[in-house]
Amino acid sequence: MTKKGYYGEWGGAFIPEVLYETFKELNLAYEQARRDPLFWEEYVDLMSTYSCRPTPLTFAENLSRHFGGARIFIKREDLNHTGAHKANNVMGQGLLVKRMGKTRVIAETGAGQHGVATATMAAKFGFECTIYMGEEDVERQRPNVFWMEKLGAKVVSVKDGSRTLKDAINESFRDWVTRMDDTHYVLGTVCGPHPFPSMVAWFQSIIGMEVRKQIVKSAGRLPSRVYACVGGGSNAMGIFQGFLDDLEVELVGVEAGGYGLDSGRHASRLASSDGSPGVAQGYMTMFLQNSDGQMLDTHSVAAGLDYIGVSPLLTDLAERGRVRFEAATDKEVMEALDLTMKKEGIIPALESAHALVQVFKEVGGLPPDDAIVINMSGRGDKDIFTIAHAFDDPSWKEFIRNKGAEYEVGK
Amino acid sequence: MKLGNEIQKALEKKKILLMTHLVLGYPSFDVNRRMIDQMVENGVDLIELQIPFSDPVADGPTILKANQAAISSGLKVMECIDFAEEIISTYSIPFLFMTYFNIMYKFGWDDFMDRASAAGIRGFIVPDLPPEEGADYFKKARERDMGFVQIFAPTSTEERMRELSSYSEGFIYCVARKGVTGKKTDFDDKFNSYLSRCRQATSLPLAVGFGIRGREDVDSLSGKAEIAVIGTETIRIVNEEGVDAVGPFIAGLR
Repeated sequence: MTKKGYYGEWGGAFIPEVLYETFKELNLAYEQARRDPLFWEEYVDLMSTYSCRPTPLTFAENLSRHFGGARIFIKREDLNHTGAHKANNVMGQGLLVKRMGKTRVIAETGAGQHGVATATMAAKFGFECTIYMGEEDVERQRPNVFWMEKLGAKVVSVKDGSRTLKDAINESFRDWVTRMDDTHYVLGTVCGPHPFPSMVAWFQSIIGMEVRKQIVKSAGRLPSRVYACVGGGSNAMGIFQGFLDDLEVELVGVEAGGYGLDSGRHASRLASSDGSPGVAQGYMTMFLQNSDGQMLDTHSVAAGLDYIGVSPLLTDLAERGRVRFEAATDKEVMEALDLTMKKEGIIPALESAHALVQVFKEVGGLPPDDAIVINMSGRGDKDIFTIAHAFDDPSWKEFIRNKGAEYEVGK
Repeated sequence: MKLGNEIQKALEKKKILLMTHLVLGYPSFDVNRRMIDQMVENGVDLIELQIPFSDPVADGPTILKANQAAISSGLKVMECIDFAEEIISTYSIPFLFMTYFNIMYKFGWDDFMDRASAAGIRGFIVPDLPPEEGADYFKKARERDMGFVQIFAPTSTEERMRELSSYSEGFIYCVARKGVTGKKTDFDDKFNSYLSRCRQATSLPLAVGFGIRGREDVDSLSGKAEIAVIGTETIRIVNEEGVDAVGPFIAGLR
């Protein structure tokens, strides 16, 4: 039998002693919630009244015609409250926090989506809230910082290390070891020490449960392939769980290829040959690290994928050959984004656009009777500054210049 | 001599022992040498050598920055082991490695243990390797006559402390308060009752660390703990007053 919290040889709980009792309590609360059908009922009810669950499955007719292969279906996690699948996990953990009687929540955020979702949940449930965000991400995701603060959260800009997601996670742990009695750490993805990978995957499994029914209804069959982008891996685990036992459904995870897998500037732990086994942030998985075990700086145009580690669940599924891993470069992502906007009137998040890249590479070669599903994990509105910059849009630049002038001191 | 015996022997002559800490390669091995020389010269009884890691979650801002600066300067783990060997051959007090699990794991566990043992390292303090994950590794260290020092925290129950004690070698590292390294600790009644819980749960000597900054703190531990641990404060002193201030600081602690 494998050890608790392990998936193959991946996972575990490498936690400091000071959090031992806190994790014991969390494990207990989580296990009780899983055994209690009323908890899941309450969760589904909350997600259907406060968010937009079930989220629709959209037939992307124009894109399907454009590529002339399998029918493309898009799972619309972007239509969740706060604009991404992150809400699923956050609201679930919020219910658990209520059960545990804690009054303060903290969270890390990369793209800002998880931070906004957590701040929203904290506002709704009346929790005090602090969000840790790498300085580099604060700079590239300013609109989300604005919303978090307006929702009542305190946003702490993390200036250490690579100043991105991993450093925000470290800083959240530092907060938690200081103040665990009244505080729950709402970890945003299927990573970290047990029970987080299992617990977050459970809350996100709602995506897979819905989409399995929806695709059978819409396409009259199971999809031949399911695609999702992979940062930590929560949206991917969410949708993949609907099909894990259907071995005829191929599962494809798409990581950030950054400037290309040969460039050394990417965030592909499993699709590249640069990842190696390690232990950091409380769990064992494949990390982007040097030969001494020091974590490397990663790069992606998408803040939400710019991370050194990946879910132990996904590393195990990759090792067992159940999930195939690919990577999409920053450049390919911008092209896929452009095409999706023009053809379908949908603005995907930069993260989600990684999955689209892989779909566009493969879909033309599949028979028209086939259906494929892509998880659109979030909407792209939050990325307006990054996207406008990448498109080098002249009218946007003009607008920013004018706005800047308007805010100049003394005016 | 076993680490525990060595500590007992030192305690025959001193009321409380001092364990100091430094981050290897920060600001340089050369400064490390001078720090250690002044520490030993002024009566330090044990020294923790921290091998830097990019993501030291148990450490506060001062040690975190020291870790990052050392790594940015191109420091390698192998150099840390070589440095330890050089130092250990020079001084007779016990030296321990403090680091995070990934450093040892990535180096190759058996290889790391063999090299540490050959260098003369007596034990390890690894805050992210609880017995649930590390028991097998602890055994391998024990086979080489080295030990893993277990950590007690104010949140540990007595039952948990007893369990941890069974894995520990030499002494127990009692984290004085919640939080990370480098912040102030109040050695108040609450702390005293925590320390007596620690005492109840183990027969091993108690080392107290986190927030010990000066003579007053060391005095207040005297008679309650066997070892006072000075971590961040020495790094702060080197940063602010220069390496030559280390000796007088240590001399003034007891």
